[in-house]
Amino acid sequence: MSTLTMNAPVPMRRPIYGWTIHDGLVVARRNLIQTVRVPELLFFSLVQPVIFVLLFAYVFGGAIPIPGDTASDAYRQYLMPGIFGQTVAFAAASSTVGLAEDMHKGLIDRFRALPMAPPAVLIGRTLADAVRQILVLLVLSITGYLVGWRIDNGLLNAIYAYALLLLFAYTVAWIGAWIGLYMPNPETANTAGLVWLFPMTFLSNAFVPLSSLPGVLQVIAAWNPISALVLACRELFGNPTGAGGDYWPLQHPQLYTIVSCVVLIAIFSTLSVRRYRRTTSR
Amino acid sequence: MTSEIAVQAEGLVKEFGEVKALDGIDLTVNRGQVVGLLGPNGAGKTTTVRILSTLLQPTSGRATVAGFDVVKQPDEVRRAIGLTGQYAAVDEYLTGRENLRMFGDLYHLAPSYVKERSAELLDWFDLTDAADRPAKTYSGGMRRRLDLAASLVAQPSILFLDEPTTGLDPRSRLGLWGVIENLVAQGTTVLLTTQYLEEADQLAEDIVVIDHGRVIAHGTSEQLKDQIGGDRVEVTVVDPAAVGRAADALRSVSSGEPLVEELRVSAPVSGGSTILVDAIRALDLQGVEVTDLQLRRPTLDDVFMSLTGHAAEDEVAPAPKKGRRRGKRGGEAA
Repeated sequence: MSTLTMNAPVPMRRPIYGWTIHDGLVVARRNLIQTVRVPELLFFSLVQPVIFVLLFAYVFGGAIPIPGDTASDAYRQYLMPGIFGQTVAFAAASSTVGLAEDMHKGLIDRFRALPMAPPAVLIGRTLADAVRQILVLLVLSITGYLVGWRIDNGLLNAIYAYALLLLFAYTVAWIGAWIGLYMPNPETANTAGLVWLFPMTFLSNAFVPLSSLPGVLQVIAAWNPISALVLACRELFGNPTGAGGDYWPLQHPQLYTIVSCVVLIAIFSTLSVRRYRRTTSR
Repeated sequence: MTSEIAVQAEGLVKEFGEVKALDGIDLTVNRGQVVGLLGPNGAGKTTTVRILSTLLQPTSGRATVAGFDVVKQPDEVRRAIGLTGQYAAVDEYLTGRENLRMFGDLYHLAPSYVKERSAELLDWFDLTDAADRPAKTYSGGMRRRLDLAASLVAQPSILFLDEPTTGLDPRSRLGLWGVIENLVAQGTTVLLTTQYLEEADQLAEDIVVIDHGRVIAHGTSEQLKDQIGGDRVEVTVVDPAAVGRAADALRSVSSGEPLVEELRVSAPVSGGSTILVDAIRALDLQGVEVTDLQLRRPTLDDVFMSLTGHAAEDEVAPAPKKGRRRGKRGGEAA
């Protein structure tokens, strides 16, 4: 066996930007390569929202009236931003499962024993999960177009709407990451990563107009950031809004969306990084 | 402290709630030395390595690695070490080459160096043919090699190997031993944990035996074996009636009282293998016919048994089991 170089000087890289960003991008690249290597995973993460579009558009659609819009395809126009909002929220689940798997396989131990920036593993995970949503949104938009959904308020506004959706995806990915760091194994993560997402996305204006919800639920839904996100998207895409009601977040949906994203990222990135520094594989 | 010391731990205590995983571990590893941390599951081996590699903070006590405090200077420690854990901690969707590149990037090494180094490591670990296949297509042995390669990207001066061969087939284990011996020959300091006595015996110059979070013995393999008494001459006779004469024969060459177990008579001896010649002469003089005569060195298994009252491969068990081995030992002690 030949000898392996072990005591030669090791040339170091000079960072163009901070190490945190550099390391975060390295981990994000790794997570995105994973997506390419397991196309089945991406495929099935696309199938679910597409099925939702078809179910709601054709099965429930006729039964849900949209206040202020009596056109026959009103619900489909109304529905699509709701589906977008719900779908990007599910980016959180892949962060939860991804981190639980990394812990389970001992990768987190290895990363933590490297002289890398501590938040990088989490930044790389959340970033990759948000970036993946670009493709998901593209496929969904095409599906929407096929069932009659239209962008009706100019391209710039539409781009703004997509940007808000991606910001929201990145935000919930941090919440998912934080949950993932507490998971004892990937199997639990699969369940725990999803349970909170169903009430969160359904207790909103994503699928039904706010006015159809009873008292307390209506208040919760009104303050649910996903309602503001979906409403903002409806306005920006020029789709029926279903009337917001008398709630501050829904009178300023864009502002409320951005502020709640920034606040949630600040809270959950802090909590997650703190947890990450103490966590070890099981 | 001098620069000759690579790893030093003093009074490491780690509590997980009520459970005391480490109860005051002291450990010194000199530069270029291989130290084996030997103990059963749950003895505290992994916890010790995790503290030394900055993954866990000790409840009390202190430790330095490459001269840096593991609690106060974790980044300096991380730059000096390589860690290979109990799992093959590589990304299974990335290829071998992509894995090495990722870890090289995360060590902040120059991209051109990472490229060269990856090729060198893949070649050295005999993974060149599989370099561009996802790691999930690798066999267990290949994954371990890739895992070890990943911890060598930055040429660490100190290597922590936490049960490096657990779960490997004997051939892969031998291969990995060769690799580790080769690294050590080049001056790498290694702290390895193992529950295989054979492995500690083979690789480590210095063995630290831990049990229930404490160091219960420390020394070279030879020293540990001497602790429970040196060699024994063991003779098996043909005729049960000859047992008494065999004992007399052994008494004449032995440094202690012979022990009789059915047809087998054994006695502690000092001196080299010439003692066997003396034993044969003495037995011949007594007219004893034997089927087997051997000089038996105690194994680390014997050491572990006599120190802890349970075998090394056992889960930590408070009460010693009444196994076959145990019975034999009981006879000797009588």
